Amino acid sequence: MLTLVRAVIGRDLRLAMRRQADIVSALFFFIIVVSLFPLGIGPEPDLLRKLAPGVLWVAALLATMLSLPRLFADDHRDGTLEQLALAPQPLGLVVLGKVLAHWLVSGLPLALLAPVLGLQFDLDSEALWVLTGALLIGTPALSGIGAIGAALTLGVRGGGVLLSLLVLPLYIPVLIFGAGAVDATVTGMGPQAHLSLLGALALGGLFFAPWATAAALRIALE
Amino acid sequence: MLEASNLECVRGDRRLFAGVGFRLDGGEMLYLQGRNGTGKTSLLRMLCGLTPPAAGEIRWRGEPIGRLGDEFRAELCYLGHLNAIKEELTPLENLLASARLAEETLDEDAALDALERVGLAGRADLACRYLSQGQKRRVALARLVHEKRALWVLDEPYVALDTAAVDLIADLIGAHLERGGLAVLTTHQTVAVRAGAVRELRLG
Repeated sequence: MLTLVRAVIGRDLRLAMRRQADIVSALFFFIIVVSLFPLGIGPEPDLLRKLAPGVLWVAALLATMLSLPRLFADDHRDGTLEQLALAPQPLGLVVLGKVLAHWLVSGLPLALLAPVLGLQFDLDSEALWVLTGALLIGTPALSGIGAIGAALTLGVRGGGVLLSLLVLPLYIPVLIFGAGAVDATVTGMGPQAHLSLLGALALGGLFFAPWATAAALRIALE
Repeated sequence: MLEASNLECVRGDRRLFAGVGFRLDGGEMLYLQGRNGTGKTSLLRMLCGLTPPAAGEIRWRGEPIGRLGDEFRAELCYLGHLNAIKEELTPLENLLASARLAEETLDEDAALDALERVGLAGRADLACRYLSQGQKRRVALARLVHEKRALWVLDEPYVALDTAAVDLIADLIGAHLERGGLAVLTTHQTVAVRAGAVRELRLG
């Protein structure tokens, strides 16, 4: 069982390394969107500190969205998805592998970059740590929930817009608790409660999303 | 071993075929024939369990394939009209990746040997993007060289291949049938395969 998940992750990471432009463009999107806010708002540290969690999280959601449409589309187009569906293991495991690979090339770099970008908002070091932690915990949920949307819009024309409409509302809880964790640190309340809820969302997402995604993929393949 | 009874296929609101049935035992091959658009590919996808039939039933070793699930898929090798190879990977990587995803053991030497047999020696380390259509098809078909699973379902295996490659694939299918395997394939070419029994089914 684990060998299949590992095989899928290995293959997807190798493909991502051969197509680095995709990863880099999502990262630059994140960097630029986040950097535009301090430039637009001007040097007002108090306001920036207040805005920082929301801005960074919204930018992270949008950057994750960018890479979602291709999660299954390439495999669908060249026939690999049929082969994956015919593997002698539950399709949910294949999806889990793809979700984890997607997180490794999109969510993880975002989380690692966030503290550097957070400096522009005059966040103190504790808030930066919490921001990174919250992104590390929350981004797997984004990949998992996004996979459901990507599978449902597979093969639909203009699926990109539909995908955003479908997935962004589902991202709201992650956004609230993720940004809330940083907010709570800034105001001195401590982030534990928010981080626990975020962790629950991520675990729930990673556990249930692959099966819902697999069901949607089977419909798309019919 | 493989039995289909009373299969019906509906695409949109058009009924492509109905009442299709056959029985295939070890060492036998089924040629699926018919004009374009008569549902050959749809029937193959039904046999794999990718598309549920509108009516009728498919049994493998006496059990419905839906109930067997993974057990059935572990004995099935499907090659669609899409090659299922990744343009960014080399033929060798493609072959190893597809074997690992199908949970088969294939070491690098065996994979290189397979590529050599299909005439891709020296191309093993070139990204598939640079290969011609026929060479890509050969990469896809290289999977068959060391394929030990019992049921082969092949959709137009000879398309885009030159005569030497067609003979090679026919050889591989022949050897597979001699081992007691089963094969179902669609083709518009008549290719002689040395096999115990060849059945034909004409759609449309």
